[in-house]
Amino acid sequence: MMPLRSGTDMAVLLPAGGALARPVVDARAVGFTERTFSPAVLGALLALFALAVAAAEAHGQPASAARAGILATLWKWAPLLFSGFLFNLLVSVLSMALGTVAGLALGLAQVSLLWPVRKGAGIVTQFFRNAPWLVLLFYCMFLLPFDVAVFGITVPLPAWFKAVIGLALPVMANVSEIVRGGVRSIPIAQWESAEALAFSRRQILWMVILPQSLKRMLPPWMNLYAILTMATTLISIVGIQDGMTLVRSALIAEQRTELFIPMYLMLLTWFFLYCYPIARLTMALERRFAVRA
Amino acid sequence: MAHALGTPVVVLKNVEKRFGLVEVLRDVSLSVARGETICVIGPSGSGKSTLLRCINALIPISKGSITVDGIEVADPRLDKLALRRKVGMVFQQYNLFPHRTALENVMMAPIHVLKQNRAEVSERARILLAKVRLAGKEHVYPGELSGGQQQRVAIARSLAMNPLVMLFDEVTAALDPETKKEVLVTIRELAAEGMTCILVTHEMSFAREAADNVYFTDQGVIVEHGPPAQLLANPKEARTRAFLDQVL
Repeated sequence: MMPLRSGTDMAVLLPAGGALARPVVDARAVGFTERTFSPAVLGALLALFALAVAAAEAHGQPASAARAGILATLWKWAPLLFSGFLFNLLVSVLSMALGTVAGLALGLAQVSLLWPVRKGAGIVTQFFRNAPWLVLLFYCMFLLPFDVAVFGITVPLPAWFKAVIGLALPVMANVSEIVRGGVRSIPIAQWESAEALAFSRRQILWMVILPQSLKRMLPPWMNLYAILTMATTLISIVGIQDGMTLVRSALIAEQRTELFIPMYLMLLTWFFLYCYPIARLTMALERRFAVRA
Repeated sequence: MAHALGTPVVVLKNVEKRFGLVEVLRDVSLSVARGETICVIGPSGSGKSTLLRCINALIPISKGSITVDGIEVADPRLDKLALRRKVGMVFQQYNLFPHRTALENVMMAPIHVLKQNRAEVSERARILLAKVRLAGKEHVYPGELSGGQQQRVAIARSLAMNPLVMLFDEVTAALDPETKKEVLVTIRELAAEGMTCILVTHEMSFAREAADNVYFTDQGVIVEHGPPAQLLANPKEARTRAFLDQVL
């Protein structure tokens, strides 16, 4: 087994000690989030939205028979734009699934006993973890072929799927680190006692180590998903029609500059309403599984 | 214990273990017969725990030979899993699997390592838990058990593999005097039933009453060994006497 690498900023890499199964609740932290949750945050968002609409209304020409009001215009476009937003969510789910499966394999390769495997996986992980997401996306869009041959059958590779792969790469690298950290966070004594019972290394990993590290890997994994969801808007830059693209198209069709702020804010609000509960749940889980440093 | 001793099961010959430049074990030789119970005593850092870990190949030895029921541990082609099926080990910190209940802890290895039938394993695991006086605690998680109870689950977990030899690594060191007794009684019963036991311990009274032979180690060397009555009462070596004066 490799010794713990020092200089980590990941909570999962900290020694587990007795805090493993015992939930540590910081009363102050609970009170803080209880107060900041929904009412204040959502109220502020709503106020911001109302302000933006009011400002746009005041800035633009008054509504008339030929010119619908700001809210009415937003309402008109909302179904189309929302379908674009749903497409972003679809891309996020697919990228996350693909990245998680690949990241799990890569993370386990990072704790391999064979040093070439371990080193190789480490290099791949560091490369994709420290490369700009947009650059990876560009590479995937322009370097992957239009179709691939699988068992003699030519399967087309649509642009949106290339984008999914492009986003899955950094996800893979980050999941790989989460897995490595999670595995390393389980005390060596657990390995020893399982080894003494004649379990094979593979059995130890799947039956003893991973089930215990899973709950520690969950919060950073969810955090990563929230970040990925917001990053899916990058695919509009490489020409995939997502929520961002549709907002831009709607703005061009309307030809009204005062719509610019409220319409983007509408899209932002959807993302926020989706990602904020994930962030809150992550914080709640982190508190429950808190590791005392 | 005055029962007849059988053929040697664990034999160490001139075993050396180095961690880098540090010599932890130097020229250690000993032989444990079937059904024999030995206690290894000595100051901290004398290599006692390392000695146990070498026997079930958790740590490779640097030189010499260790055989367990004829299997050579130093053989580069050693089948570690086959060796470990013969050797049970109980640790100072219990090391139960916290995500599994007491019963599941006992059942896991026979089911997944020995591929035995689940229903039979379950039945035997319940008997073993009853044997270590934990009937009724089958579905309790380790975190809800006391240290002594966890340690007895750990003993049952090792016994479920039907080992030939049991290794105990300072298994009572983390326990308070009362729970300590529960665990020692369990080990004594096991020894009385004829299980071959190798204990690293600081429990002198246990060594005196339950061991067939006591080995005193210091700085990686076996200073002397003999029946407890002789070694603990009349040690030959000055070093042993100095140690015993401190602990008795």
